[in-house]
Amino acid sequence: MPTTKTERLEIRLSDDVVRVRQLTRSLAVEVGLSLVDQTKIVTASSELARNTLDYGGGGQVTVEIVEQGGRRGLRLTFDDKGPGIADVEQALKDGFTSGKGMGLGLGGAKRLSNEFSIESKLGEGTKVSIARWK
Amino acid sequence: MDRIPILKFGNALLVTIQVDMHDRLATALEEDLTAKIVAHNARGVLIDISALEIVDSFIGRMLDNIAAVSRILDADTVVVGMRPAVAITLVELGLSLTGVKTALNVERGMAMIQSRLSESEADDADDKD
Amino acid sequence: MDRQVGSDIASLVSRNEQTILPEWMELQKKAGTLHIGRISEGELQSQSRNFLHLLRDALGKGGSDVSDPAYEPAKAMLAELSRSRALQGFSPSETARFIFSLKEPLFNALNRDKKLSADQIASTVWSTTLLLDELGLFTLEIFQKSREEVIVRQQREIAELSTPVVKLWDGILALPLIGTLDSQRTQVVMENLLQTIVDDEAEIAIIDITGVPTVDTLTAQHLLKTVAAARLMGADCMISGIRPQIAQTMVHLGVELNVISKATLADALSLALRQTGRAVVKVKTAALENKKIGGQET
Repeated sequence: MPTTKTERLEIRLSDDVVRVRQLTRSLAVEVGLSLVDQTKIVTASSELARNTLDYGGGGQVTVEIVEQGGRRGLRLTFDDKGPGIADVEQALKDGFTSGKGMGLGLGGAKRLSNEFSIESKLGEGTKVSIARWK
Repeated sequence: MDRIPILKFGNALLVTIQVDMHDRLATALEEDLTAKIVAHNARGVLIDISALEIVDSFIGRMLDNIAAVSRILDADTVVVGMRPAVAITLVELGLSLTGVKTALNVERGMAMIQSRLSESEADDADDKD
Repeated sequence: MDRQVGSDIASLVSRNEQTILPEWMELQKKAGTLHIGRISEGELQSQSRNFLHLLRDALGKGGSDVSDPAYEPAKAMLAELSRSRALQGFSPSETARFIFSLKEPLFNALNRDKKLSADQIASTVWSTTLLLDELGLFTLEIFQKSREEVIVRQQREIAELSTPVVKLWDGILALPLIGTLDSQRTQVVMENLLQTIVDDEAEIAIIDITGVPTVDTLTAQHLLKTVAAARLMGADCMISGIRPQIAQTMVHLGVELNVISKATLADALSLALRQTGRAVVKVKTAALENKKIGGQET
């Protein structure tokens, strides 16, 4: 689908998590998301950025303004070459009940987004993608 | 590194968070507050988050921790001024912050702390009778 | 699909633009596009010319396959056109006619082209028909979506209008809900209530569901989320107007409302007043006292 704007950020330090939030916010404003929707996707970006840092050993995020069928949206893709997640389904469930650790970030990010997808391979890395549409 | 200022307000401590905190700053705040609660024998901690546009799970856990620590040190923590968009997002995220008391603004938060203190003092007085 | 066919049609369009464009305009005018003056002739002319060029470019680069990325600019322009026609009050067929009426001028140009054999003309006509049909359907899809967006927006407005937040007393708000609570509506209602809590510095919000016909698990979840959010902000919530049937349904569904609930709004208000440190007293005694002393009414 066509992308009208792409920005990339490296996630290596905890300061980068703030930068990811700020970038997501400014592009969310550009897409024209409502305040609540902006808050949701910026919060989701913070969770996933932190996961990338804490569990993925660092990585990068690609933030894109996308268009499909006349609708505008914001897509974020978090990439790391970390250890990967053994059981993705479990990771999505875990956090919801325990409220701790990586799980809350993944499950939470999923609940806060219109679209969510995750690819992870043990020993190779993880790729998480979320999107919110206007 | 900048640290978030903590003000003394009678027998309570007041913290106003106005910046988008990075993790180190949040951790430093936790430590500073704990130290100051003991140093000033504070009975209440008021955290004003009315300027925060985002509260994620890290900040949420920080607030939970501060509330838990202060409880052990015999102080009440009240978080005030949460924005509607933040509240809606936190609920969706699944963070219930059950250990944290909340109030609409600083005034109400202070009133809450003071009334709980006078309640507990009255209880103590009753016990002594 | 066939790139060669694509570039053939593209060059056909280029060579014959001077005849195709006016013929197409005529057909659109005959179909009544300019009727009632929703758009001007100049606008239609530039829309048509613009699209023709975009189509020609797409054909040249992407062949006759509409799903090829080369078609994005043309589709984007069509989406824009379709959307604005939907808002301007055109009917779906009037809008799709923009594409379909292009067939005739294209085929006329094909037939006039002496360089092509009968077979070539036949297969080109077929590819062009498929292509324009796809684009026509695309136009209709976008049109439909635009109309749906209008409906959604209107629903939102109705939701906002039909769920006013009422101030019962200093610091006490009431939200009388009427009708079904779907996801979309609940969001609007929630945001409205929470913002009013901030604006009014409310301490208690009473959500009255007398007017809500059924409470299923989803509705209950929405209610609980609203209560949770209000609590995080420092306000307390109560639910009133739970009819006996609803109470039974909730028990059967295993829904637990961890919030104070009262049968009527009046009961909830009474409790809210007490919780905010107020009492309601009868003034009869005071007035009688005044009469005895001989005081005057002011």
